[in-house]
Order: sequence, then C-alpha cells, then structure tokens
Amino acid sequence: MRTEQKNRNAVNTQKVSFFYGPKRAIEDISAEMPERQVTAIIGPSGCGKSTFLKALNRISETSGSSVRVEGKIFLFGEDIYAKDVDVTILRKRVGMVFQRPNPFPMTIFDNIAYGPRLFGAKGKADLEVIVERALRQSALWDEVKDRLRSSALGLSGGQQQRMCIARSLAVEPEVLLMDEPCSALDPIATLKIEELILELRKNLTVIIVTHNLQQAGRVSDYTLFFTTDESRIGNLVESGPTREIFSSPKDKRTEDYITGRFG
Amino acid sequence: MSEAVKYVPISKEDLSYKSVRETFLEGLLSGLSWLLVAFIVAFLGIIVVRGFPTVSANGFEFLYTSPAKGLDEGGVGPAIFGTVALVLLMTLFALPIGVLTSVYLVEYAGGRQSSRIIRAAVNNLAGVPSIVFGLFGVAFFVLFLGRGLDGLLGYSTSDPLFGKPAILWAAATMALLVLPIVIVNTEEALLAVPVSLRQGSQALGGTQWQTISRVVLPQAVPGILTGSILSISRGAGEVAPILFTGAAFLLQDLPTTQVFGVVPFIDPTKQFMELGYHIFILATQSSDVEKTRPAQYAATLVLLVITFSLNFAAIILRAQFRKRAIR
Ligand SMILES: Nc1ncnc2c1ncn2[C@@H]1O[C@H](COP(=O)(O)OP(=O)(O)O)[C@@H](O)[C@H]1O
Ligand SMILES: [Mg+2]
Repeated sequence: MRTEQKNRNAVNTQKVSFFYGPKRAIEDISAEMPERQVTAIIGPSGCGKSTFLKALNRISETSGSSVRVEGKIFLFGEDIYAKDVDVTILRKRVGMVFQRPNPFPMTIFDNIAYGPRLFGAKGKADLEVIVERALRQSALWDEVKDRLRSSALGLSGGQQQRMCIARSLAVEPEVLLMDEPCSALDPIATLKIEELILELRKNLTVIIVTHNLQQAGRVSDYTLFFTTDESRIGNLVESGPTREIFSSPKDKRTEDYITGRFG
Repeated sequence: MSEAVKYVPISKEDLSYKSVRETFLEGLLSGLSWLLVAFIVAFLGIIVVRGFPTVSANGFEFLYTSPAKGLDEGGVGPAIFGTVALVLLMTLFALPIGVLTSVYLVEYAGGRQSSRIIRAAVNNLAGVPSIVFGLFGVAFFVLFLGRGLDGLLGYSTSDPLFGKPAILWAAATMALLVLPIVIVNTEEALLAVPVSLRQGSQALGGTQWQTISRVVLPQAVPGILTGSILSISRGAGEVAPILFTGAAFLLQDLPTTQVFGVVPFIDPTKQFMELGYHIFILATQSSDVEKTRPAQYAATLVLLVITFSLNFAAIILRAQFRKRAIR
C-alpha cells in the first residue's frame, strides 16, 4: 500500500490556532501532511478548513484585516512564521489554487508567465519552455496551444481553473494548496481536475479542501477531519490514511459526518 | 369561497382618483425634466447663436489672434493657449499625487487610522469653496513657497523669479482643487479590482508593489483616466483659483520660453491669460461692456467646447473600456 512508504512530512503543524481580530477561528491543530501525497481536509462548512489552509502559505495576511497565528507551522522542517522568512519565497514554494478560478485579465501566456516573471525570468524562449511545460502538466496544452496569445477570460470555467493550476505550477512549487477547486465547476470539469491531482502527486504535495466526500475518497491519501461545536471554534477531530478514516473512523463525530448524519 | 372574486378591469376605463393622481404625478415629473432640458438647450443655443459668428469670422481668426485695442477687438488665442497650458501643468501635478495617494489609501493603509485621517482631509478639501483655494494659493504657493525659493536661489523680492503670480502656482492651486475628485475616482477604480486577482498574484509570490503595478493598476487605468479627465474639465472652467495666483488681465506674450534657444516650452514662472478669467474681464473690466458682448459670447462658446470635448472624451473612453471589459 502506498501509504505504507515512510514519507517525510511536507507540512506539519503544532497546536495551531488562528485569530481573526480577537475571534479564534481554529484551535490547537496539530497535523501532518506527507510529502508527495494528497491530503484532503474535510468537515462541515465554517469549521475553519479555509482558515487553516490559508495559514499554510500566509496568504491570510494579505487581506488587510488583522489576523494572528499561534502555534507552529513547518514546511519541510522550517518554521514558516519565523522572523526571517520571506513570504514571497514561501508562497513560491507553497502555491495556491482558489475556490473560483481567478485568471488575470491577460493572455493565457502572460497568465502562466506571470509567476516566473516575478522571479526574474525573461527571454521569450525560456518563458515559452516554462509555459508549455506548465500547460502540459495541467493537461491543458492541447486545448490552448493555438490560442496562447488570446485572453484567458475566454476559456471555460474548467479550463480557467486548470490554467490557474498551470499558473501555480509554473513557479515550481513544492506544495500546492487547493481550496475547494471544483466547487464552481461542472462534473466533467471536476473529473479532469481530479485526474490532474492524481497526476500531480507524483511530483508534489497536494493539500485540498473539499466538501465533497466522494472527491476526498477518490483523490486523497490522507484525510484531516475538522469540525466545530457550539463554541464555533474549529478543531481537528481525526486524521490518518483516507481509507482508514472512511472505513473505520475512530471518532463518533467522524463517523456521523462520513455516513451523512451530520453537516 | 362564498362570494365570487371581484372582477378588476385591467383597462383604464375608470378614472378613479388613484389613476388620475398617478397620471398627474407622472406628467409633472416628466414636465419638470423636459423643462430642464429645454432650459439647457436654450442656454446653449443662445451662446452658440450669439457666439459662433464672432468665432468663425475671417477664417476663425478669433481662435488664434491676440486681443487688440484694449480688449475691444481681436481674439482669444493667448487665452486658449494659457488654458491648455494650465490644464496640462495641473494634470502633471494632480494625476501622480492623486493616484499615489489613492494607491496608498486603498492598498496600504486599508482600514487603518491613517487612512481615515487622510480620507477625512480629502473630503473636507472637496468641500472648500474655490475662492478659498485662490487665497490659499497666494499665501502658500506664491508668498511662502515662491518667496522661499527666491530666498534660497538669491533672487530679491523686487525682481523675483518664483515669488510672484505665475502659471506654475496657478496650476498647483488648481491641482489642489481637483485632487479630491481624482482621489475619489481613483479609489473607486482601485476598489473595483477584485480581491481574488490581488490574492492570485500574491499567492504566486508577488510582493505588494508587484501586485499593484502588474495587476491592480492596469485593471484600474480606464477608471482612473475617465475620472481624471472629468476632474480636469471641472478645473478647466474654474476662475477663482487662478485669480490671484497667475492669471493675467492682458498679455501680449505667451507663457513660453525657448529651451536651448529653439524648442518652445511652457515657462512655469510666467503669467498667462485664461479663458474663464478672460470672459470675466471682458464682462466687467472692458471700457465698453456692450461693445465686447459678441466677444464674451464667443469666448464662452470656446470655453464650453473645450470642457465639453473633455467630458465627451471621458464618456467615449469609458464606453470603449466597458466594451472591452465584457467577456
Ligand atoms: N476574514 C474573516 N474575518 C473574520 N472571520 C472569518 C473570516 N474568514 C472566516 N472567518 C470565520 O472563521 C470561521 C471559519 O471559516 P472558514 O475557514 O472559511 O471555514 P470553512 O472553509 O471550513 O467553511 C467561520 O466562523 C468564519 O465566519
Ligand atoms: Mg472554505
């Protein structure tokens, strides 16, 4: 079994709490997300899945409101909230795909080349290589290779989302965070993204939030189950290989959720 | 159900009180609106009818000749030049400062205390009567800044370089006047750029400035441009701010200088004639006000054409960008 291989952790967290202003959204989350595996984060809405995910690349800090993290988050053993961390490098290493596709209003080529250019990639030839590789990786190359110079806004929703994945891949991240990447897509587009995720795990670590249990079952190796109670503070109930979580959950709340008696 | 449902005719046969009232109100409102339109048409019509013959006489020489015989004859050439030069200089001041201030307010200061203070200041600036700007311009720009500069550069107060009314100070004063409008418009344009795009850029490792310069500003440019043109055209018609800061009664020379002895260039230290001010002078200061009446209409027509074309350009630009924005 795959999960038997001893993988080191790409990301692990120790007693992480997250605050929006004075309000605590998640509490004491200690979790491990192994390298080159897909970790799914599941749980009822409002339990802090997105909050947790956005703490992993510190993108929550960009919203302008005051947020705070307690506890520790490590990327391959490095504390990502340490004083000397350059968040731009962190975010280059930990890419993110959002709930709704967010293509820039530019050409497909410029969208994909955006990240590499931020880090100094110039030269048409170099960029062409990067763009082609990223688009092939996200299985979009054949569909768009003849229209690289046309606006990305002309793509369908599913294509836009795969282009956003390609855009993230172009800066060669080690970890890819995905926050319900299929929630705005139709079933066929969803299927394509799922196939893509299974392909991506050969090269990088994927952490995906999903409210779709079947999807978690199909694509993930590990699962983190979050929930929340009357306190409205999210916490981690159970984690482990997806198969175990789905077949023999240890916690009653997990079982209720998996069997659809909850949320 | 014991009684049959009451039959309500949908045709307007019965003139009930209610329907009469509705008709009356609608008539009143549309009447008022059309009255306004009629007023504007009449107002513009009079100006065109009375002004155009003078403007177009002798191959439109009114547009490029200088005033002659006091103010009684001649055209508005220098005033048109001065107006355009003023607007250009003002834009040069107002646009960068306004855009940078808005970028700071929206992108950096966010909900912070400093942004609230700056915004309050900007809003108050917008409410200040324009004559106050004129007085402030003299006190601050001409006397304080200008004389200060002269002191530094070794010019005496009897033969000042900067410490006197000049197109530079008039443009600076005008820039202050339109700054709030530029800022408000730019802020709106920036806020209209979706958060998801900013986050998309930052999630790829973009710094805040990279995100602003590569994603946010390009998206906001149409809004910033149209807003700015509108505020500029507002400024182009104002007289009060330039009254004491640089506009001249009558000048034979244009506010220009020769760079390297050949290239004509706006000389920021010179005074200038301006259309709005010129109209005011024609109407109040000429030896015979009746005699200059045709020139007054003509100058007014020219000023209106300039401001309207600016507004029109803004409208076209906006429509153009809207069309392009539709996916
Ligand atoms: N920007 C924010 N400011 C304040 N509270 C927030 C913000 N984002 C999320 N929350 C709160 O944090 C909790 C967790 O939200 P979220 O992480 O979005 O949950 P999930 O993704 O599991 O649905 C919710 O109670 C939500 O109201
Ligand atoms: Mg969420």
